Amino acid sequence: MIPSSFEYESPTTIQEALDLLEKYGDEGKILSGGHSLIPMMKLRFASPECLIDINNIPGLSHIVLEGNTVKIGSLVREAEIEHSDLLLRHYPIFADVTKLIADPQVRNRGTIGGNLAHGDAANDHPAVMMALNATIMITNKEGVREVPIDEFFFGFYTTAVQENEILTEIQIPVPPKGTGSAYHKLERKVGDYATAGVAVQLTLDTNGICTEIGIGLTNVNPVPLRAARSEDALRGKKITDETLAEAVQYASEDCNPSADLRGSEEYKRAMVGVLVKRMVHKAAERAIAAL
Amino acid sequence: MTKEITITLNGTVHTLEVEPRTLLVHLIREELGLTGTHIGCDTSSCGACTILMDGKSIKSCTLLAVQANNTSLTTIEGVSPDGQLNNIQEGFKENHGLHCGFCTPGMIMRITELLEHNPDPTEDEIRWGISGNLCRCTGYNNIVRTFANHANLIVGRVSCVRK
Repeated sequence: MIPSSFEYESPTTIQEALDLLEKYGDEGKILSGGHSLIPMMKLRFASPECLIDINNIPGLSHIVLEGNTVKIGSLVREAEIEHSDLLLRHYPIFADVTKLIADPQVRNRGTIGGNLAHGDAANDHPAVMMALNATIMITNKEGVREVPIDEFFFGFYTTAVQENEILTEIQIPVPPKGTGSAYHKLERKVGDYATAGVAVQLTLDTNGICTEIGIGLTNVNPVPLRAARSEDALRGKKITDETLAEAVQYASEDCNPSADLRGSEEYKRAMVGVLVKRMVHKAAERAIAAL
Repeated sequence: MTKEITITLNGTVHTLEVEPRTLLVHLIREELGLTGTHIGCDTSSCGACTILMDGKSIKSCTLLAVQANNTSLTTIEGVSPDGQLNNIQEGFKENHGLHCGFCTPGMIMRITELLEHNPDPTEDEIRWGISGNLCRCTGYNNIVRTFANHANLIVGRVSCVRK
């Protein structure tokens, strides 16, 4: 399978890349890791006139702590996340999620920015970023604008990133002491999209009260979904069998999965519930260890 | 419109004119004639096209040749330039780590990177490490054994590779 013909540009500055985006409009596509875009081009689901390869632009591959925020450049590869002491120290969820994204070779190329900007509800980072309350930094000719993760996903393969813009950085607040996070997706085989996936980050105080919680769901809704009612069921309360049962029920009800080869709608709703329960427990264990 | 790229392939520098849509695996096999790198699924699932790009294992069916500009590539032909089997290849032979052989070059390239970072992997790490490479003959056990034996060799544990 060979993509249809296209022009290829490899700018070395953001400014140059933005100029190219302006020139090509919706016929210009940003090439980052390319492991979603190139397969789509090979299948001729996508046939942009021009690929704008941002891999030669310096300054997009950082993972740094600044004040109380961790900043991740959009070109950071999944394999770099997998081995980043800084990220794993603050967010154990990244150890869970990267291992489940595709396979080692794909993780050597795939980037966090691409995973988010692709706007696919089946990708894993969207739910994780919801749990972590990330902010997405988008660069255009006027400067950089901040988009909270809850306002980032618009619809099927559609995000807040406009034709003339580039996703350049992800910012994640450093959570307080007593915070734990966890992710799991049910998959049929390595590299598969999730049958269902759940990301949780929660903070416990010394009395065992869950003071803050974020829950994101993968591939059970047309867009990545925050399980807001489930969060409310646990926020400000102790995690007991009762409060957790409520959170589980709300997540199963509020998602909107479609039946496919991975399972029926009922099965997926049930699996969302199972995973919410397990991930809340796992995140809570990690939170207690971090108290 | 073609683009000029320069790549180092198994130590030899090549400057080539390529169409942007040329996939790296096609450049390697068809333009440069090195057919040890295989095309299996053509959808970045099977790993038969795995090569090293600047030391990192990648699936060359899902990379454009233009993306490899100014990089150093290693294919199966480059792992033992003297024509002798290297330790990993020898291990595959000794442990019956291959049957039809189609997955073997990709498997060996992947294993090469993994051992570079982690010379003494656990069985679990080996199995996750080759999770992007499919083999339909061996059931993987002999490949894992090959790998474990190779790790034994390089960390100086008692090896069960027959010599």
